[in-house]
Amino acid sequence: MMNRMREYLLRHRSLDIVLRLTAIAIVLPLLAATPIFGAFQPFNGWLTGFANAAIFVMLAIGLNIVVGKAGLLDLGFAAFFAIGAYTYAFGASAYSGNDIPFWLMLPIGAIVTAIFGVAIGAPTLRLRGDYLAIVTLGFGEIIPNVLLNSDKYTLGTNGISGLNRPELPIIGAFKSNEPWPWFILAVVLIGLIMIAADRISFSRIGRAWEAIREDELAAASNGINTVTFKLLAFAIGASTAGIAGAFLASKLSFVSPDQFKFSVSVTVLSMLVLGGIGNLWGAAIGAFLLYFVQSILLKQLNEGFKGVPVLGEIDFLQLQYLLFGLALVIMMLRRPGGLFPERRVARHRPGASKQ
Amino acid sequence: MSKSSPVLELKGVGRSFGGLVAVNSVDLEVAAGSITSIIGPNGAGKTTLFNVISGLYAPTRGEIMLNGVVLATPDHKTEREALIWAAIAVTGSVLGAVAGLAIDAPAGLAGVGAIVSSGGILLAAVARPSWYTRLCARLGIRRSARPNDVVFLGVARTFQNIRLFKEMSALENVMVGTHARTEVGLFDALLDTRRFRQTESASETQALTLLEAVGLQKQANVAAKNLAYGDQRKLEVARALASQPKLLLLDEPAAGMNPAETEQMIDLIKSIRDKFGVTVVLIEHDMRVVMGISEKIAVLDHGEKIAEGTPLEIRSNPRVIEAYLGRGAATGA
Repeated sequence: MMNRMREYLLRHRSLDIVLRLTAIAIVLPLLAATPIFGAFQPFNGWLTGFANAAIFVMLAIGLNIVVGKAGLLDLGFAAFFAIGAYTYAFGASAYSGNDIPFWLMLPIGAIVTAIFGVAIGAPTLRLRGDYLAIVTLGFGEIIPNVLLNSDKYTLGTNGISGLNRPELPIIGAFKSNEPWPWFILAVVLIGLIMIAADRISFSRIGRAWEAIREDELAAASNGINTVTFKLLAFAIGASTAGIAGAFLASKLSFVSPDQFKFSVSVTVLSMLVLGGIGNLWGAAIGAFLLYFVQSILLKQLNEGFKGVPVLGEIDFLQLQYLLFGLALVIMMLRRPGGLFPERRVARHRPGASKQ
Repeated sequence: MSKSSPVLELKGVGRSFGGLVAVNSVDLEVAAGSITSIIGPNGAGKTTLFNVISGLYAPTRGEIMLNGVVLATPDHKTEREALIWAAIAVTGSVLGAVAGLAIDAPAGLAGVGAIVSSGGILLAAVARPSWYTRLCARLGIRRSARPNDVVFLGVARTFQNIRLFKEMSALENVMVGTHARTEVGLFDALLDTRRFRQTESASETQALTLLEAVGLQKQANVAAKNLAYGDQRKLEVARALASQPKLLLLDEPAAGMNPAETEQMIDLIKSIRDKFGVTVVLIEHDMRVVMGISEKIAVLDHGEKIAEGTPLEIRSNPRVIEAYLGRGAATGA
């Protein structure tokens, strides 16, 4: 029975994703309601935290396509996040005067960031490895700086506030102090993004990306238009970041350039390395874990060690990048594939894709 | 299989790198359904010639014809391409301006029109989808085909130093090979359409058939890097065949193989020629392979073709013996 179910889910991966996410969406709030979790922060705090973590999960899934699948090391991923968020700010805020509904802004944001993905990807096509990383790093710095300095349109450092919130017929506009709608919206968005990423990865397109990652020259000699497929990877990765950006912007109702610093790109990449580059669930879980280490555990360490000699003097929040760095070094040495390494082979068992 | 129409025709093809002339004016005709070998000492330009044919390098002189169609030629008249972009950008901005006047919109619209239209065409020029290449060809702009275009037109190849997708399974490697013959868009994959499922299972079936043809059906799910050396060479052949080529270029298919494996490879090459009707051109140093299966042999030395003929003719050609075979071959090795 279990075996047959497993067999069935292996063939219907979208259903598998939906089931797993539903389970997670039920278990997480239940956990948050337990006294152990309550000791850290109240229930609503946890739920908001989950929704915030979801933003990083989306980013990690998007970056996983670019870095994990196509093998294009992108150190400026926050740029697309920024473009998505600002697109939302221009499309749905009192400041811009536009009032496009959130649900329409999601696809618009995805398309706009995809276009920027192609535009930024195009000049980097001839570059590989380190050189590509350096150029994308540059773009990652340029975009927030452009947003910072064109204060005529973006209000510079002050950022744009008063962005519209999503609205639904019965519950009305989402409110910042009511975490449930955000939590559910986050789970639904992640589900959609995951299903899309999974379907593309297990198609001719995903195989082309993997071929490019393994050996670009051989990929081209096997009929893959490497230019088109690299651009497609940039576009799809970017559009995921665009959706995450729109979600963030509407949730905070505020965007400013310093939400999209280099540290965001690095954090997302660390999440990916930690979780397992190339593995969809690895990326998602890595992002989730690291977000909570960053936002809760370190803060709690500060609280917990208060009054303790030596340890009490350390500000763990200040040390977070040192700790991330250490964690990455240890991961690279002990488990280079990440916590959940990309599962190779065996998934394409003969007949697996038959109807 | 008429002798009159060669599958591949090289007319004075040359390739130099800076001052180094790797291949200097090679003429060659490959008849349909034949097996042709290219031999010559190391550094004679054999692999460079393969790279030029398969589109990895553009030739610096001469012309390559595939089934009577120009496949590669030194890039020329590419400045006309820039004119196309300019023309489209100008048209875009004019249309933008006209639209702006008509609906009394902001003046920036012309600029947006210019940016969008020139950006679009620039992207087409970068990505070079097949329709763009065809458009250029029609306008008299001839550029050498890229490797993927060459595969699409029916030339597949293997590499001297095996270049498999190491982390992917044998089956997946061959499925990548079907890429040029499948057409599944992003939205088919996203929506999991019937077309997507059918194409996917068709290329899987095809890949399994090919694995069987080279005798690797049992290793379908083994990662390419974990295959035995000889099996990796066979897998590369299967992957190349997956693009349904008319012409198959094999770069030292028997290199590093033991005598038994070499025998298998000879049989394999013959059987795929018969079974799939492909024309085979191979580079090889192993004279058992060359003399055993070739109908024609071309000998390269210092980038020049110094001889061409049947195995018997080549074996007794004094220039070939001097440059490559050595005395032993003449007395019948």
